[in-house]
Amino acid sequence: MSILVYTEVSKGKIKKASLEAVNYAAHIASKTGTSATAIIINAGETSLDDLGKAGASKVLHINNSAINTSDSQVLTRILNHVADTEGAQMVIFSNDLTAKAVAPRLAARMKAGFVPGAVDYPNIDGGSFSVNKNVFSGKAVATYQVNSAKKVISLLPNSFQVTTDGAAVAAASFDVPADLLVSRIKVKEVKRESNELSLPEAELVVSAGRGMKGPENWGMIEDLAKQLGAATACSRPVSDIGWRPHHEHVGQTGIAIRPNLYIAVGISGAIQHLAGVNGSKTIVVINKDPEAPFFKAADYGIVGDAFEVVPKLIEAVKKFKASQN
Amino acid sequence: MKILVCISKAPDTTAKIAFKDNNTAFDENNVQYIVNPYDEWYALVRALELKETLGGTVTTISVGGADMEAIIRKAFAIGADDGVRIDGEPTDTYFVAAQIAAYAKQGAFDIILAGKETINYNGSSLGGMLAELLDMPYISMATKLDVAGSTATVECDIDGGTEVIECDFPLVLSAAKGMAEVRIPNMRGIMAARTKVLNVIPVIAADKLTEVKSYTLSQGRTTCKMIDAENAASLIEMLHNEAKVI
Ligand SMILES: Cc1cc2nc3c(=O)[nH]c(=O)nc-3n(C[C@H](O)[C@H](O)[C@H](O)COP(=O)(O)OP(=O)(O)OC[C@H]3O[C@@H](n4cnc5c(N)ncnc54)[C@H](O)[C@@H]3O)c2cc1C
Ligand SMILES: Nc1ncnc2c1ncn2[C@@H]1O[C@H](COP(=O)(O)O)[C@@H](O)[C@H]1O
Repeated sequence: MSILVYTEVSKGKIKKASLEAVNYAAHIASKTGTSATAIIINAGETSLDDLGKAGASKVLHINNSAINTSDSQVLTRILNHVADTEGAQMVIFSNDLTAKAVAPRLAARMKAGFVPGAVDYPNIDGGSFSVNKNVFSGKAVATYQVNSAKKVISLLPNSFQVTTDGAAVAAASFDVPADLLVSRIKVKEVKRESNELSLPEAELVVSAGRGMKGPENWGMIEDLAKQLGAATACSRPVSDIGWRPHHEHVGQTGIAIRPNLYIAVGISGAIQHLAGVNGSKTIVVINKDPEAPFFKAADYGIVGDAFEVVPKLIEAVKKFKASQN
Repeated sequence: MKILVCISKAPDTTAKIAFKDNNTAFDENNVQYIVNPYDEWYALVRALELKETLGGTVTTISVGGADMEAIIRKAFAIGADDGVRIDGEPTDTYFVAAQIAAYAKQGAFDIILAGKETINYNGSSLGGMLAELLDMPYISMATKLDVAGSTATVECDIDGGTEVIECDFPLVLSAAKGMAEVRIPNMRGIMAARTKVLNVIPVIAADKLTEVKSYTLSQGRTTCKMIDAENAASLIEMLHNEAKVI
């Protein structure tokens, strides 16, 4: 018996969100007297040491270039096969875009109760298992009870601090039967936003809205983000009119993020925008209108003109960084 | 081409969220329900556009009680040809997926569309479960869908970018922003909606694998600390010393 964790590599490293999921699985394993087994597909040359350090007792590397990793049907068959082989009753994912396609499929295949986007450790009491998840776009939390013996849980990214103070374990290679790999989808093109900090994984985010007046004024937003080591985001109208790329749009209809720090510049704080950011640990709002609704959802507020305030912040961050060295 | 669109209802995005019965149930008092935005704006409208250019039919399917019918009629007014309501409470996504899968198995649909997520439970899970139960490919977070012959070309969001995928019928998709533009029903559509056929069928037996035991309202921020614009630089110290986020 073990708890499986699906993990991935990105930019030559195990994804931070995957390490969170391994930590999470190891925590549940220690509570239930089992162990955590990490699965990784086609990791190439990437060191897998962090998986053991994050708490996996076993690391299974499936190395097979015939696997179409863009096909949720193939990944589901593989994970189901590993779960069967390992006698796993529970599979943990980080709730990223891969998990959104694969985790519900796998749950249906295993007939496992599924909780997408858990925000806490589960409450396990004898035979009963429940875990919290955000609902109503972050306006409430619901406690989901899982009734089935098998369970699939995906973890909301950035919900936990990652720890990697365990010991590395050697990865074992794991082979999957070829008939599981039949794929009906063909990937024609992959477009990656190179070099940019991935917004869902970013710990610091600088975001701006229509208050910036035009795309030509984003230089200072990018500069502030760069000085802080933050990712950039925007409100929906800004991406709708094409001032910023679509993948930066946060909110109800964009992506939901929960960084440690969210700085909102010239964003009014409409309820649909808040839905995507109100899980952030600390929120700073800069707006020239003292009545802007966003101040009600903020920890720190500055009433002022972005064109005056942001350059001051850039200078202050530069000074701060210099003092840290 | 036969297209099936999964339609759910959701509280209006500005609805006040409250709970009742000792925080075990959502309080529907004064809550206005709308068609779940992703289902309406993106999944349904793109299905209709494809039908209008390539021919075929668009059927909607919903699992829910009689109160769901106003939502289905709205989909009719926008242009769906007919609709199915499976008469049961949609409390667990696996249960809902099992219902829709049982119906879809008999329908020989080429494309089945769901929304990216319901805005109340934010699961993003029905499409994947449905695809698995039907043993079909599933492309989630699709932002573009084109069809040539019996092949769909789909653009979808992946971590850190986008991907263009080709897949032959049948397939299941979840629709995200970008796929289509909102369509407002016109008078003719509203009139025609009245005469369209809404089939009500009973639920089949299926397990409920999860259930919500209780709800808690998220705590808002207690107070916002205001910093004078002249003194903006002090924010950085506070973020370091007080909030400890930088
Ligand atoms: C169903 C639905 C879903 C939606 N989903 C989303 C979503 O996912 N994400 C999203 O963001 N929106 C979403 N919206 C839109 C949302 O309702 C708001 O319209 C939008 O968030 C407003 O964007 P904004 O704050 O950039 O612009 P505005 O509301 O125009 O606000 C601009 C702000 O900038 C301030 N400002 C102006 N000049 C300056 C200056 N010089 N210095 C400082 N401040 C200045 C103004 O005081 C104002 O508060 C959705 C709407 C609906 C109906
Ligand atoms: N009760 C339901 N009836 C029909 N379709 C549904 C129902 N619930 C969810 N869906 C569809 O599944 C999508 C994703 O829902 P969810 O997995 O709950 O986030 C929605 O956008 C709908 O298209």
